[in-house]
Amino acid sequence: MQGSKTEASLLRSVAIVGVGITELKSSTPQVSYKELIFEAAQKAYEDAGLNPRKDIESFVCSSEDFLEGTSIFDEYVPDQLGAVLKPVCTISADGMYSLAAAYMQILTGLFDVVAVEAHSKASDIVNLSTVYDMALDPVYTRPLGLNASFVAGLEMSKFLHSRGAGTNHCRMVVAKNRKNALSNSLAMYGGIVEAKGESQNPVLSYPLTEYDVAPVADGAAVVVLASEDAAEHLRDDPVWVKGLGWASDSPTLETRDWLDATYVRLASKQAYQSAKLRNPAKDIQIAEIDDTYSYKELQHLEALGLIGDAKAHTLLEQGAFERDGVLPVNPSGGSIGMGHTLEMSGLVRVVELVLQLRGEADRHQIKGVETGIAQCWRGIPTTSGAVVILSNR
Amino acid sequence: MSKHLQKPPGVPLREEDFEAQRVLSVMYRPKMRYSWATGVAIGRFLKGLRAGKIIGTQCAHCRRIVVPPRVFCEWCFRPVNDWVDLPDTGIINTFSVSYISTDTTKLKTPIIPAVIEIDGTTHAGFLHVIGEAKPETLKIGTRVKAVWAESTKRRGSITDIRYFKPAEWKP
Repeated sequence: MQGSKTEASLLRSVAIVGVGITELKSSTPQVSYKELIFEAAQKAYEDAGLNPRKDIESFVCSSEDFLEGTSIFDEYVPDQLGAVLKPVCTISADGMYSLAAAYMQILTGLFDVVAVEAHSKASDIVNLSTVYDMALDPVYTRPLGLNASFVAGLEMSKFLHSRGAGTNHCRMVVAKNRKNALSNSLAMYGGIVEAKGESQNPVLSYPLTEYDVAPVADGAAVVVLASEDAAEHLRDDPVWVKGLGWASDSPTLETRDWLDATYVRLASKQAYQSAKLRNPAKDIQIAEIDDTYSYKELQHLEALGLIGDAKAHTLLEQGAFERDGVLPVNPSGGSIGMGHTLEMSGLVRVVELVLQLRGEADRHQIKGVETGIAQCWRGIPTTSGAVVILSNR
Repeated sequence: MSKHLQKPPGVPLREEDFEAQRVLSVMYRPKMRYSWATGVAIGRFLKGLRAGKIIGTQCAHCRRIVVPPRVFCEWCFRPVNDWVDLPDTGIINTFSVSYISTDTTKLKTPIIPAVIEIDGTTHAGFLHVIGEAKPETLKIGTRVKAVWAESTKRRGSITDIRYFKPAEWKP
């Protein structure tokens, strides 16, 4: 058994050979979720130069039934993906988990070309916060009558207090990401917002305000993965999946670590190991990470181990995470600037990273990046997340 | 039960135990609400129903006509943009006789769900119910015709067709 972990990563190399994404919009009343997904799928297959009916062997999708309003949603995904009469499975988790599953399907040699899909039709959900309320324990937490955003409030409180950071740092994250989004044609919420001064925004659950929350958006994304042999036939510039990992902390509200994003610490360790990165802080030049809430970007950055023992908010003050900083973080605008796309969020981070590594990231391109990291979190009240390391070499 | 165990262990719970709160119970009623966008294809289909028409689409590649319509062909994976008006007649592909309601109570008058292959389509039809027919007279392959709601009562819903009823074969 010794060394089996490292041997597994030597089985085969896997690359991303196609990405397709729709523009993210606050609402999309003109199309159904199927039509939205069809657009992303067409773009991805065009990008990969593949006919899904002939060339793609398996499909992995992400969806959560409560977000769709249809139970056993798995049965509603094949048509618009070109996946009819083929192996399809749906994972109730962020799109990055589906990417991990597809990666493993190729790693085992079972398939050579696999597509991954995730989407958000947030505008179809009239009372989204109820979905999060229903994620709380029905017997001993729900009867307290709390809106689930209190979970973020508790965590933010603990994080800011113990790090000596302030809500002004959270506002700086929002200002950075919304400004970055201005250069991203896919993004919904680009803007110049005031980083300093007390926010006039309504408090959701102290210290969390409306301003700290990434607003939701609709969209769909499809990513095509291929084995080394297939990838080299398909394109000159495949983006290699160097490593990935996923983990969950103790999830209960009573026993979790409220300070540290342990799930990211564990997931990134797994990813660095499989990517054989001895010094990730040196090797990784760009990060697309979860910023569902402003403080989450800082908390996730520290857990990723890319800034040593430094405090994220101190480096933020110095401009380290700006596009021209030492480690550009969410040059795309993140979820705060692009829009939070529910279970699609992690896959948006992956698509953005792929575009950066191909040099196709439009006006928000970071020059000369070779290796980057994408990270997702499944949102409140979870302590689950995934990490993927991509490289163009 | 086994030879060692003649009756289940424990005390069975009765309705009055819950009512008298002798048993801990939590009531939670989900308040989920959705406003699903019908999109291009189903939106046009429902608009057609309001006008008393059944609208389908045809794939320009495989020539298959389907209803309800869709803007892509799931077989060819190509965009579809050829809309066809279809007749409101067809045949029963399969049917069942359902004696249970949505809240699981027993129905005295059964509902007859059926998949109806609309004339002109290629092994594609929509799900509806059969009316004006005794279950024992129905067969797979029975010819049926739509019975529409009055035009003033139609609202762009699948229930704008009240049901399909057995119809004469026309040469």
